[in-house]
Amino acid sequence: MEKIQIIAIAISILFLLYIVRLIIKGKLREEYSIVWIVCTAVLVVFSFWRSGLDIVSNIVGVYSPPNLVFTAAIFAIFIYLLHLSVVISKLQSQNKQLAQDIALLKEKMK
Amino acid sequence: MMKIAAIVPAYNEENAIAAVVNDILQEARSQNFSITVIVVNDCSRDSTSEIISKLNCIALDLPINLGIGGAVQTGFKYAFENGFDFAIQIDGDGQHPASQISKLVEAINEKKCDVIIGSRFISKEGFQSSMLRRFGINYFKWLNRFLVGVTVTDSTSGFRLINRKALEIVSEYYPDEYPEPEAIILFSLNKLKIGEVSVTMKERQGGVSSINAVSSIYYMFKVSLAIFYTFIRIKFKK
Repeated sequence: MEKIQIIAIAISILFLLYIVRLIIKGKLREEYSIVWIVCTAVLVVFSFWRSGLDIVSNIVGVYSPPNLVFTAAIFAIFIYLLHLSVVISKLQSQNKQLAQDIALLKEKMK
Repeated sequence: MMKIAAIVPAYNEENAIAAVVNDILQEARSQNFSITVIVVNDCSRDSTSEIISKLNCIALDLPINLGIGGAVQTGFKYAFENGFDFAIQIDGDGQHPASQISKLVEAINEKKCDVIIGSRFISKEGFQSSMLRRFGINYFKWLNRFLVGVTVTDSTSGFRLINRKALEIVSEYYPDEYPEPEAIILFSLNKLKIGEVSVTMKERQGGVSSINAVSSIYYMFKVSLAIFYTFIRIKFKK
């Protein structure tokens, strides 16, 4: 096992543990943690299975395995950012509704 | 007698708001309609909240800043829930003189419209806005005409009177930012009749415009997008 492999395994496992800790402490909701757990699991798998990246690259027809890593990572990040934008939009509209209801209720209580 | 709600959105308007509210009340006394003034304080950082609580009006205090659209919608919701027949939007900075309210009220009865918009550009009197603004307003005029075939000469005018049918629609959905041009699309796609009447406006008496030079390009872009989205959303729902 090479040095970089050990580092990669250690970091991915630490990351996974950190996410689990966040969920247990209630700081991260389960539905948002799924994507992080899946991503870290993929990292862990490929840290152990070194030839895996070459095999997968061959299957999908990518000549240089690192390119596959970057493409997949950037794609995943975009999708996740879009998901977060949707979540924020929803929060914003709920927030607006709450604020308006509070203003109307405060008036009723006068 | 017509029961009218005058919705005045106010954000940091401590200098102008009292005069605006008192002008409306005085105007209502001299005319044949009953107006309830509803001031929506959009979480102002100055003393707007204290001032309006002492005035003869319904004071709605938003706990967070929602922007002009969210603030006005709060007023619409109040008016709709409390059974008002009409709602008129009057800016809190003194741009819309109370003396012009009766023009809108007469027009909505005469023309049998659901929405009456007070326009600066029919008789071209009073404050006419800057050239760049007028360019933008013309752009929205053409965009609206192209999409829904309704010509509104002053599509960014916030000075408008709407009836209960329109009130129901806007208390359900009203855009947050720069709502005026988008609301026209919303009204006409909901088969409401829109009319315009000539009014004279003043230059703002206090506060600053929500649109400065830097954000005007963002304004045009955002409103165009919003108009297209609203258009598509309502068109395909039916």
